Amino acid sequence: MPTAIPIPRDIDVLTFYGTINYQGIIMAKSNRRPRLGKGRFYKPVWMSIFFLSLLAIISGLYFATLKVDYVWRWYRVPQYFYYQEEVEISAYIEGEVSGLTPVSDGMVVEVTGVGEKESYKIPSGTVLVGEGDLIYPGDVLGFYKEWRPGILLIGLWMTLKVSVIAIFVGIFIGLVAGLCRISMNPALKWGAMTYIELIRGSPLLVQIFIWYFVLGTLINTLLAQGGISPLPPIWYGVTSLAFFTGAYVAEIVRAGIQSIHRGQTEAARSLGMNYFQSMRHIILPQAFRRILPPLAGQFISLIKDSSLLGLIAIRELTKATREVVTTSLQPFELWMMCAFLYLLLTFTLSMFVQYLEKRAVMS
Amino acid sequence: MIDVQNISKTFYVSHEVNALRNVSCRIERGEVVVIIGPSGSGKSTFLRCLNRLEEADEGHIFVDGVDILNHKTDINKARAEMGMVFQSFNLFPHKTVFENVTLAQRVVRKRSRNASEEKAMGLLKKVGIADKARVYPEQLSGGQQQRVAIARALAMDPKVMLFDEPTSALDPEMIGEVLDVMKTLAREGMTMVVVSHEMGFAREVADRMIFMDEGSIIEEGTPEQIYSNPSQARTKLFLSQIL
Repeated sequence: MPTAIPIPRDIDVLTFYGTINYQGIIMAKSNRRPRLGKGRFYKPVWMSIFFLSLLAIISGLYFATLKVDYVWRWYRVPQYFYYQEEVEISAYIEGEVSGLTPVSDGMVVEVTGVGEKESYKIPSGTVLVGEGDLIYPGDVLGFYKEWRPGILLIGLWMTLKVSVIAIFVGIFIGLVAGLCRISMNPALKWGAMTYIELIRGSPLLVQIFIWYFVLGTLINTLLAQGGISPLPPIWYGVTSLAFFTGAYVAEIVRAGIQSIHRGQTEAARSLGMNYFQSMRHIILPQAFRRILPPLAGQFISLIKDSSLLGLIAIRELTKATREVVTTSLQPFELWMMCAFLYLLLTFTLSMFVQYLEKRAVMS
Repeated sequence: MIDVQNISKTFYVSHEVNALRNVSCRIERGEVVVIIGPSGSGKSTFLRCLNRLEEADEGHIFVDGVDILNHKTDINKARAEMGMVFQSFNLFPHKTVFENVTLAQRVVRKRSRNASEEKAMGLLKKVGIADKARVYPEQLSGGQQQRVAIARALAMDPKVMLFDEPTSALDPEMIGEVLDVMKTLAREGMTMVVVSHEMGFAREVADRMIFMDEGSIIEEGTPEQIYSNPSQARTKLFLSQIL
């Protein structure tokens, strides 16, 4: 039976760091606090090592590019996001400039020909003609500049659109397939198992090709026979991604549901709830919290995998970057920018999921 | 009220286990029946068969004349009439105490929000836990959780209450508060089937006791008979071990 060790009178319990034996006799005296864990320099030293090696890698890369005479031109990158386009306005008729009227947002040029008169508006740009000038059809009257989204921004938007749609469809497919997977009904269960194994056992790229070149050809040909215009590639792209993700989501959903204690189902069913009510109110809300982190990982994969869609003529971020690289000849900047944009998307998603998780924990 | 006719149940876990062998019994309205027996004797299985949480392989169970084992029976409707309280409480951890008690009323009984909340508040008061209505189950002690579970079952206005070892998972000091609630229920005339080893409780409120062993009913009788004058050797042996 443990007994309290008598503390000798001649020590101050608040500052004593020595050892006392079971009889209360001081065995070793020390005024220094024993060192707990790592030393004072442990953290700063290793942190600097981290940052220094990061710096070394980056600068090493940079100097290597200088060695091969690569010229960095980051300033050329923004134009692929947003650029100013010059829009020319030309006359359609032959005649004479009969009037220049300034209006609040530009200038109106009137051209009077033989028996016809037309006016052209040039919004806040440069007017190249003066009153009385002779004009022939096709002559440029003036031009103005307009901001247009660049190819990278369009690609980013496409990647975002494709991913979001595929995520939502994938959740739906995965939920249904996951529930079928744990069903007692052999048709549903085996169906779900076949689907999951087929999808997980073959490369996504092959699946995309099958959706586009095999099923897509079939469907579009049948549609054409029925007089309906063919579906654009993006439909097949999104479908292939959604079905691919759905298989993984199904497994995540299955594991999540099975991780909920059987007593929960029993309690719900014993209160008279049917299968769907107990799923809807009791099992899925609890499973949802558990499957959120693996689900987020799956969706991050999906965003990255959408880069394969470029191969079936969908101009998403990777394909857009490839196109820009061939015209701009600045591959280093652009591919880094491309990677950064994917990182931006995935990072935002994982932040959002963390927020959801926190909210789920709090409620 | 409950008429059990020759039910049998076999589990297959690496080898056959005859959990129930040809069990028959009747439970009348307003009766409090306590089932005792050594572990593995099939008493919990028997109780769980009554609302088909376990499906009996053979036999019939009539609850108010409705055959529970018939697959044409709407089992959800039948279950709503039978409250069940589990050993491990099985409260819904993602719902507050209040929501635990109102949920099934609204989902199954289709009661209005007001009606179900009124009912829930009344029941939480009855089990003495109204002040904890807004907290989540994990913040409650075991005894409090079990009382919420009883309120949750009562909220459906069941005709019979099934208790599956309701105090076995509780710390000793919390057993009393749960048994008190059960005693109140018994005195109010609720039909109750209780699997429990709480001898004091059985002696006080049970109309009848059933002793089960190896999947069969060995002996039935009033608490007096069972305790003081058991006719079967196995009952004697069991009682001598637990008393």
